[in-house]
Amino acid sequence: MIRDPKDLKRYNASERANHWVVGISFILLALSGLAFFHPAFFPLTQLFGGPVWARILHPYIGVLMALAFLVIFLRFSHLNRITAADKAWLAKAKNMVDGNDHDMPEQGKYNGGQKVMFWALAMCMLLMALSGVAIWRAWFGFDITLVRLGAVVHAAAGAVMIALIMVHVYAAIWVKGTIRAMWYGTVTRAWARQHHRGWYRQMTGK
Amino acid sequence: MALQSLDILRRSATTTPPPGVRKGVEVAKLIDVSACIGCKACQVACSEWNDIRAEVGSCVGVYDNPTDLSAQAWTVMRFAEHEEKDRLEWLIRKDGCMHCADPGCLKSCPSPGAIIQYANGIVDFHQENCIGCGYCVTGCPFNVPRISKEDSKAYKCSLCSDRVAVGQEPACVKTCPTGAIQFGSKEDMKDYAAERVADLKRRGYDQAGLYDPQGVGGTHVMYVLHHADRPELYSGLPANPSISPLVSLWKGFAKPLATLALAGVALGSLFHYVTKGPNEVSKEIEDEIEAEDKEETK
Repeated sequence: MIRDPKDLKRYNASERANHWVVGISFILLALSGLAFFHPAFFPLTQLFGGPVWARILHPYIGVLMALAFLVIFLRFSHLNRITAADKAWLAKAKNMVDGNDHDMPEQGKYNGGQKVMFWALAMCMLLMALSGVAIWRAWFGFDITLVRLGAVVHAAAGAVMIALIMVHVYAAIWVKGTIRAMWYGTVTRAWARQHHRGWYRQMTGK
Repeated sequence: MALQSLDILRRSATTTPPPGVRKGVEVAKLIDVSACIGCKACQVACSEWNDIRAEVGSCVGVYDNPTDLSAQAWTVMRFAEHEEKDRLEWLIRKDGCMHCADPGCLKSCPSPGAIIQYANGIVDFHQENCIGCGYCVTGCPFNVPRISKEDSKAYKCSLCSDRVAVGQEPACVKTCPTGAIQFGSKEDMKDYAAERVADLKRRGYDQAGLYDPQGVGGTHVMYVLHHADRPELYSGLPANPSISPLVSLWKGFAKPLATLALAGVALGSLFHYVTKGPNEVSKEIEDEIEAEDKEETK
């Protein structure tokens, strides 16, 4: 596919691969986790070779996701510090959601919403990893109160995380020209100027 | 007709009514701790009937053997030494599944049909549907289910559901040489217990009573205790057992709420898209950039 050589590089190949390791493991975890959470989702265990396999595999996929997420976190946390401009953006987020993004404050590589998403997901990931270890009976045997607390936290943080990822995926679908950044790494200059003008200036010097 | 149960009260991870046209009589096993001599015949009978053998352990200095419940030991005698009014009391409790009316294991179980509660009150594990997650252990207020190290399935006392289904008493009841374990309808067992409690009270045990904890809706294994005011004396029998609020939150309220919330986010996103439309790169900005490019090439 021939692309405009003037397109802006947003993610390198390693960052993209890292993202998709997290993404794929998240999808597998959400499908198997929901199956254990509510009987309505139990048939999803068939995707994993049956319910016993789903139970065996789920925590190992969780370890993979936690490690891959940690790498993403270390790579991107410095770009996600929340600034005054982000707060101003967040205060106007309703306009953005309503479809009017003409007078949104100028944003760098990430806008306030993306940064809030980043920290919320990081917090969920931490809770998921800790509570997941607490309830992983194949390897660990913690005090029963801790296991019960772990079960509640794992379910709650899991539900929040699935909701956040739905928003994350939807935002990528909704804002046209975004998904290609995670497929082959580049975005158009027009996309960058409209959504991340600060980053656009930084990249183009304009 | 196939051999099947038509007397199911509750089935794990199932939101529609299970086959339950047949209503049996509620049964109960009554363990009279004051009449138990600690001979462990019940342990042996359990092992014999269910054809399971716990690994031979070693003496740890007390009579408890095996020292704990396991996938192969569904009932164990727990020996506690207690001093009361300068007298030594040997409180021997036959531990095992209590067959709660409101079973925490069944509430927690994510696998449809792995845990069944029959109309007669027996809570039974169907290991062929067990996925080995251990949620039943998390849910149980009495610390009873055990996950096998070999097959990762959960095991516990079945109250000899196979024997009871054909009109027999559980194996432990059948074998008890002192009559400390009785079996019958729950009503009859309560009446029998009342007689035993009255007898114990006459003999100076003012606080004798029946252990049928209401926090779990009552149980289908009940104890007659000399010190019903202090059940903890009997190797930590809980005074007011109930399903942990954490478990109730996890498997009660949170389940439908989170499911609805997730459906709401998914549908909300879809309808946002069809009502507000996609957020496209504006034509103006594209034209601006095109004009700039032309400017540069000049």
